[in-house]
Amino acid sequence: MSNKIYWKGLEQLSNDPEFVKYADKEFPEYLPINQKKQSADTPDDGSSRRDFLKMMGFSVAAASLAACEAPVRKAIPYLNKPVEIDPGIPNYYASTYAEGGDYCSIVIKTREGRPIKVEGNKQCMLSGGGSTAQVEASVLSLYDQERLTAPMAAGKKSDWETVDKEIKSALASSRNIRIISNTVLSPTTRKAVEDFIAKYPGAKHITYDPQSAHGLIQANQQSFGKAHLPVYNFSKADVIVSLDADFLGTWIAPVTYINQYTKRRKLSSSQKGMSRHYQFESNMTLTGSNADYRIPVKASQQGLIAAAIYNSLAAKSGAPTISGIQIEVPFLDKAADALWNAKGKSLVVSGSNDPELQMVINAINQILGNYGSTIDLEKAAYYRQGNDQDMSDFIADVAAGSVDAVIFFNSNPVYDHPQGGLLESELGKVALKISTAGRMDETASVCDYTTPDHHYLESWNDAEPIAGHLSLCQPGITPLFNTRQAQSSFLTWMDAETTDYYQYLTQNWKSTYFPSSGQSDFDTFWNQCLYNGIIDIDLSSAMDTSGESTQVEDESDNQEFAFDAAAISGALQSTYQTDNSGMELVLYQKVGLGTGGQANNPWLQELPDPITKAVWDNYITVSQKFARDNGLSMVEGKTKIANLTANGVTVSAPILIQPGQANGTFGLALGYGRKSAGKVANGLGANAFTLINSSNGSLSYYAAGDVALEITSETHRIGQTQTHETYMGRETVIQEALLSEYQKDEYAGQFAPKIATWKGDEEKVAPHKVTLWKHHQEKYVNHHWGMSIDLNSCIGCGTCTIACQAENNVPVVGRDEVLTRREMHWIRIDRYYSSTGVEDYDSLEQAAENPEVTFQPMMCQHCNNAPCETVCPVAATVHSTEGLNQMAYNRCIGTRYCANNCPYKVRRFNWFKYHDNDQFAENTSMSNSLGRMVLNPDVTVRARGVMEKCTMCVQRIQAGKLLAKREGRRPSDEDVNVACAQACPAEAIVFGDMNNPDSKLSKLLKIEYHDKHKTVEEPRAYTVLQELNVDPNVFYLRKIRNKDQENA
Amino acid sequence: MFATLRSAGSIFLPILAFFFLSLTSIRAQSDSTSTEVASDTSTVETATSEGGISDEAVIAEGESLFNANCRVCHAVDQKLVGPALGGIYDRRDMDWIKLFIKNSQAVIASGDAYAVALYEEYNQTVMPSFNFSDSEIESIVAYIRVEADKEPEVAAADGGQPLNPQAAQEPSTFLTVIVVGLVIVLILILVVLFLIINFLTKFLRKREDLDDSDKELIDQRFKLGELVKKPAFVGIVAFVFGVFALKTVIDGLYQVGIQQGYAPTQPIAFSHKLHAGQYEIDCNYCHTGVRKSKSANIPSANICMNCHGQIKTESPEIQKIYAAIENDRPIEWVRVHNLPDLAYFNHAQHVAVGGQECQTCHGEIQEMEVVAQYSPLTMGWCINCHQETNVNTKGNAYYDNLVELHAQHSKAPLKVEDIGGLECAKCHY
Repeated sequence: MSNKIYWKGLEQLSNDPEFVKYADKEFPEYLPINQKKQSADTPDDGSSRRDFLKMMGFSVAAASLAACEAPVRKAIPYLNKPVEIDPGIPNYYASTYAEGGDYCSIVIKTREGRPIKVEGNKQCMLSGGGSTAQVEASVLSLYDQERLTAPMAAGKKSDWETVDKEIKSALASSRNIRIISNTVLSPTTRKAVEDFIAKYPGAKHITYDPQSAHGLIQANQQSFGKAHLPVYNFSKADVIVSLDADFLGTWIAPVTYINQYTKRRKLSSSQKGMSRHYQFESNMTLTGSNADYRIPVKASQQGLIAAAIYNSLAAKSGAPTISGIQIEVPFLDKAADALWNAKGKSLVVSGSNDPELQMVINAINQILGNYGSTIDLEKAAYYRQGNDQDMSDFIADVAAGSVDAVIFFNSNPVYDHPQGGLLESELGKVALKISTAGRMDETASVCDYTTPDHHYLESWNDAEPIAGHLSLCQPGITPLFNTRQAQSSFLTWMDAETTDYYQYLTQNWKSTYFPSSGQSDFDTFWNQCLYNGIIDIDLSSAMDTSGESTQVEDESDNQEFAFDAAAISGALQSTYQTDNSGMELVLYQKVGLGTGGQANNPWLQELPDPITKAVWDNYITVSQKFARDNGLSMVEGKTKIANLTANGVTVSAPILIQPGQANGTFGLALGYGRKSAGKVANGLGANAFTLINSSNGSLSYYAAGDVALEITSETHRIGQTQTHETYMGRETVIQEALLSEYQKDEYAGQFAPKIATWKGDEEKVAPHKVTLWKHHQEKYVNHHWGMSIDLNSCIGCGTCTIACQAENNVPVVGRDEVLTRREMHWIRIDRYYSSTGVEDYDSLEQAAENPEVTFQPMMCQHCNNAPCETVCPVAATVHSTEGLNQMAYNRCIGTRYCANNCPYKVRRFNWFKYHDNDQFAENTSMSNSLGRMVLNPDVTVRARGVMEKCTMCVQRIQAGKLLAKREGRRPSDEDVNVACAQACPAEAIVFGDMNNPDSKLSKLLKIEYHDKHKTVEEPRAYTVLQELNVDPNVFYLRKIRNKDQENA
Repeated sequence: MFATLRSAGSIFLPILAFFFLSLTSIRAQSDSTSTEVASDTSTVETATSEGGISDEAVIAEGESLFNANCRVCHAVDQKLVGPALGGIYDRRDMDWIKLFIKNSQAVIASGDAYAVALYEEYNQTVMPSFNFSDSEIESIVAYIRVEADKEPEVAAADGGQPLNPQAAQEPSTFLTVIVVGLVIVLILILVVLFLIINFLTKFLRKREDLDDSDKELIDQRFKLGELVKKPAFVGIVAFVFGVFALKTVIDGLYQVGIQQGYAPTQPIAFSHKLHAGQYEIDCNYCHTGVRKSKSANIPSANICMNCHGQIKTESPEIQKIYAAIENDRPIEWVRVHNLPDLAYFNHAQHVAVGGQECQTCHGEIQEMEVVAQYSPLTMGWCINCHQETNVNTKGNAYYDNLVELHAQHSKAPLKVEDIGGLECAKCHY
């Protein structure tokens, strides 16, 4: 602890002069008040004292004129009020988020019939009530102005009748029809597509995924004869080894894996053990940053690492080893030993799309006996069904001119398939091209017809992420535009009996799932499923009647495990290299943007990447060593643009120096470089899909040969929230300990500051003994709201940031404003790198090679002795009798003294009028009338010139209290929860009433009640900057790393 | 001597003081008499009802059931959607009433002549079925019986009423007489004093032995011009004027944006006086959100149609509702109560939890032909009420502990401000 230092960025570590200059300032030197940052760069912007007086005179006159005339406001009630809607009372509907193969069971919160928030469904065992940033942000995508409002024919608006007629006649004369989709989780949709194929026998359904898991499916087919993904259970694993699988961030089903993983990362007096996690990866991913042991390796070594682990285990178990494997990687043997010692309670996963590598992983898990405990292959997981080979064949067919018609069913291969460029140029050879995209995306732009699908919040559907686990999707709003659900389009074009997909869906459920439900009445069964959102149906009986899926073939249930070590050896040695001297490129997804489907969502664009803390950009991540060798530096986001060439394709992107990046590798995020997604996303970053190698029919997300980086002289600034609001020299913010220390002493790693008194240094006392403030807490007789954040289970994913943004009408400010440190998020996640023994320059570089990472969500701490409150000249921020630090916007005059005095730097100032402002067009939730439908009507949209900050969702507290009062009881945990805690997939944030001994929070913090005060007795609990004695109501639980002592 | 003379003017002050004192005391007297009268009548009322029926609980139950379920369509003494219910117990037997209330359609379908005739008479309006127990129906009928019996008594009480207004009128005429008398007395005193001054001055002028200064004093005349020019006078007047001007400006500024008394013309001349006052329709019936939501809700047209599908269908105002429904265009009422967006107000908190009457903030709404904003809706007005109002803690377990803790250090009842009712984030977030 003592020799460890924490740093937020390389600037801080190297103590760069410019960084030091800005470090203690919340905002930089210049304060342009009339212009956004870019125009303020020009020296004299012409505004003078005289202008100011003119403006002031005018505004006073305008204000008084405006004040005199009260506008006539209308109150317009419903003409015929729906029974279930009461204005002012939210309704909740269980539904399903299933975009591509990403799945989350959700609850839609609607007000007056419009969805305003998407939350996780607590009933769902897969997610445990959590969600992800993409799920939380999806409600804003519903109100995207760039959505298509009517069917399009040849780029012009048309009507459904005309379009249907033309399409039907064209389809009738087509022989080779192709339906191109991403993974379809909905069994009923698959059935509709099958019906369509039955009607048009020349049709074929081709599935591909932008982030393919085809290699894993192929490996399971070869090893076990089961061509599907397995169901993982990270909560049963004592030892987890991941080879470049970002399972907490973007790999397959993160929301489920986070829930399972963090169950084993929570510690208490009764549970003192946790899982141990090894991560071998090239880019620093979210998963790697949470690993106990993170080992940076080159992507070209992955296969050999897997083989080496296999060999080590095979030697112990007596299985045949893979010959000719030579690799030197730290902690490899340690990881293998740990796996062996945790046989049957371990899990090895790989993010690779190489079937051979995945077969080695299968063999490892087979030796360890993990099948049946941490991996269930008997149950199929349908998250990824894409077949890379089929897609390559399709593109070849298009190029050969042998496809007559193609329907792009909610897929965008022109953008997100590596051969998209080829497809775009060859599509002209296809006579009939239809896209069902909801917007004019890259693929829809080259299609003859676009028949826009509903947004999923307007749709009926179902989903089956795991065999037997079914989930229903119901609409939260009537379709906003003249769109039609794609499934209905299929039904229309095939002249089905019913063209209404809702009817089709209920009929399918009635015939397929209802018989095995054991209920007598279908309506009851259906309503119950709708109410819960999910239902588990016994697979065996359902299987017989359900439609045959295109992917899942289970003809041989009991195939013996097949693994040919000798054959694998050759394949691995030809693909992978012990030590590749050239540079390598590893493509990854960002937690917020994923593969770019929701790229036009400004909330996701402005969500700081968990690791780099960069917004609105993708960039080439390079290692510190590479930067030093090439004379690169990066201060305040200022960097150079480089041309990156891989697989013969070149893209330009700025460079970002990333600690922990494996030497000899570059990283670049997918999901950027959209050309036709909408005003928010177009032209942001570079399209990395073009760099994917797809030569052998399987997508490879890394490139190991002929990767070149040419640094240009062009400069660029990357907007990062990373070094903003830093706490220089106050390393008491993060507390941590090793698991072995914790097991011996629950207080291990505690930092208990002492304050010197007049008696001298010997008589130091705890900070709370010396105080100007007395008996604040004694006034909290009613409630005392508080929060606990477990640093050990917080994985830093950023879901809370988006949930807060949606709940509290937080504006989006854009990249330029982030560069001026004016981001508005109420809850940020501070990412600290830490390294030991930094003394000279060499060790400094050593530290930056592979730092440890700690995430700390930081929001208003609701200090009982709040420093902000004492300095406000107009008492706009004052304390409540429930422990909250209140902010009255209409009283605030914008002195910003409070922000200046806040030790946590959590206050945000409205530098501009962010709503209804053309200069902030990217703030779509406030800048247009469609976007404004997402605003929470219970929360004020703040005006220019006032402070704002986390209110602890006081609107939810008030609503919960009111509900309890109306029912004549005290509120419980069920009544009140804040948006961040509710969204957290790791359940790291716990909110509650500390005055209520039965609340989850009181039990977690082990609060003891004394005569007039309470004490927190949980050994891991601490408050940040305790020495200041501001006495926050937000407690953090110390981070515990499961590392061995000698490696600490 | 002259001193006494000059001080004659100062006699006026005590007289004036007396005058005002007596005035206020008379007012207070009149107030007390009127309250006495009020309490008298109330005792009379309770006495009559006690004399009528013995079992009050049954009637009370009947009253609440009637108000909650029947009043929307029925009155005791007049036809609304359905027939007047007074005398129903004479017209039909109890078993028929029970059957009809429980399932009117079944009775009509059975071919009961009276029921069919009723059905035809009221345009085949279906009376919904009510799942009451027999005793509940009996209590409703008992209540109707009491109400119907009361009608003539009320009329009789009206006959007795003229006594009261007279009593209330009396003090004010009495007051006028006293005021007029006092004014006359004062004028008389003034005249007498003036005469005395004149007489004394004349007498002194005749005296020869006066020195110059005395003469000067006698000849002194009251000069208005000099007085006005005095700096003290100018200063005082300027100060008073300034203070008044300032106060007017400040008061004016405080009135900016306040729409107290705002009574815009509504697209449909809906009368609360008729609906809430005369027909005593529960506010909750139309303003459905008032006990559960933050907004009380302006009723949708389908709620109007519950009654006006049958009643006054020819009225041009009601026709506007039909037009709205036919054109599928909602009625655009003019908003009367405009709370600023920065303030969060919740009806459910105040009505369902706090037990406030609608009239506390909206005034005598049942008397308003056109709704006018009764309260200023300023923050000062909110705060004032939160400081004065006792929390409705009775029977609400939410407050139990708070009441106990409050009682430990205070004998005053628990006010809203004692539980954080003045804190910013209770209304601003």
